[in-house]
Amino acid sequence: MADALLETRQLRKRFGGLIATDDVTVEILPGEIHAVIGPNGAGKTTLVAQLAGEMRPDSGEILFGGEDITRLSAADRVSRGLARSFQITTLFAEFSALDNVALAVQRAAGHSFRFWRAARREAVLREPAEALLAGLGLAERRHVAAGNLSHSEKRTLEIAMVLATKPRLVLFDEPLAGMGPDDSKRMVQTLLGLKGQVTILLIEHDMDAVFALADRLTVLVYGRAIATGTPQALRANEAVRRAYLGDEAE
Amino acid sequence: MKSSSTRLIVATVTLGALALLPPISLFLGQDFYIDLFTRVMIFAIAAVSLDLILGFGGLVSFGHAAYLGIGSYAVGILAYYHVDNGFVQFGAAVIAAALIALFIGWVSLRTSGIYFIMITLAFGQMIYFLGESVNQFGGDNGLNIERHSRFADFLNLDRPTVLYYFVFAWLALCLGFGWRLVESRFGMVIRGAKSNETRMLALGFRVFRYRLVAFVISGAMAGVAGALLANLTLFLSPSIMHWTRSGEIMMMVILGGIGTLVGPVIGAIVYLVLENVLSGLTEHWQAILGPFLVLVVVFSKTGLLGAAGEWRAKFPHG
Repeated sequence: MADALLETRQLRKRFGGLIATDDVTVEILPGEIHAVIGPNGAGKTTLVAQLAGEMRPDSGEILFGGEDITRLSAADRVSRGLARSFQITTLFAEFSALDNVALAVQRAAGHSFRFWRAARREAVLREPAEALLAGLGLAERRHVAAGNLSHSEKRTLEIAMVLATKPRLVLFDEPLAGMGPDDSKRMVQTLLGLKGQVTILLIEHDMDAVFALADRLTVLVYGRAIATGTPQALRANEAVRRAYLGDEAE
Repeated sequence: MKSSSTRLIVATVTLGALALLPPISLFLGQDFYIDLFTRVMIFAIAAVSLDLILGFGGLVSFGHAAYLGIGSYAVGILAYYHVDNGFVQFGAAVIAAALIALFIGWVSLRTSGIYFIMITLAFGQMIYFLGESVNQFGGDNGLNIERHSRFADFLNLDRPTVLYYFVFAWLALCLGFGWRLVESRFGMVIRGAKSNETRMLALGFRVFRYRLVAFVISGAMAGVAGALLANLTLFLSPSIMHWTRSGEIMMMVILGGIGTLVGPVIGAIVYLVLENVLSGLTEHWQAILGPFLVLVVVFSKTGLLGAAGEWRAKFPHG
């Protein structure tokens, strides 16, 4: 088996009496789309927060590319290639779509203590940003203020910004939340299009989308990872059916 | 697009008018305007420096008069010890203001919102009371400065017109520098952090460092304004560091148009000219100025400049 790009070892986080992450050990392989599923309150968001560096685990380790990043800040993780996309879209509302992506490109282009040249005229920032927007079908909307884009366009812009930081792995926290069926379908296509470019850890409630996208799944129940495997294998797994898929399977 | 072209027109017209003001006022025999507008331009520099962090960076610093005072005292104290070389004086003013801003920013930028306002206000007042208590340099009563900063023989700041154009050049320089700054990569980071700090952090920007540098640049620029003010008034007084002065500078920014560079200049002109005209009419001039400021803020969130832009959009050929 290939070496994992991202792995957790006995990760544990508790809030008072509630164990939100209970000895979770998962491995995300390079190039795969790995979905974490589970009922509400299973600890998915807490897990992502720890992976992204927004929350410290109580114990356990997080390794990225073989390096222990358990104690690194979110910013340091981003610069190592571990980026996250937000559940609630957070953009620079007054900036144009292009400015939003260009700012993310700028982050990847080294420090920003540059005081003289107009950033909006720098081809090294604008061209990659234009290309990313074009690749995601937003080229025509690039001069629209991010705040005025539609919900699904904002989501797509969000993805462009994450990709602009040149990540090796992206944590997607419910990219389909709040989307209608058409937009969902388009977003699934967009995410499939990223396969091969970047490794993805996906948290999503929409099971159709998860089974369409994921190479492997990890099922989280009450903070425990009860099973990991391919979608086919998990469908056949009795424990998973009982704990989670049961309602839908019947 | 439209609002930026409005701003460019306003900036050009304003700077053009300021450049022509001395010959016109000399021709009219109204030398007094040269003095008034030298003062206006000095406060315009202070207001521009504040807007760099306030309007573009979203940092509501309520102690900006402190840097004005530090710049003034740097010139005044050196003059007191008979150091009147302008390069030394202005260099000291900039460095002292920058260092104090570095310290104040390093502490206060760890907070945000109302706490940031209160901490910057508290630091401002501390420096004000420091100025009041140092009796060697006049303390409460202030201190006369014997002579102007000396740069070169052809630049004799004793002459009001020369001082006027000297200040004008500094204003143009600060506007030009500010313009490059806000459009640069650095500027985009500062503005992005104002728009959405969480997102900037998630992208991996170390927002604190960028804000601190912006804070220092802003303080240094206000220090220049202070050094110029000392040359205009030839008098040191702690009153220029009082918190109400910080409020006035902030008012100029808001009045003219927050988040623009030419806005604070317009704000300084309107505020100080109104103050001058109204105080000649009645001693209760603040009772007129106050409601005027309220009306501008109520009717245009982006100040007079925003109102001009809206007017232009409504009557494109007007």
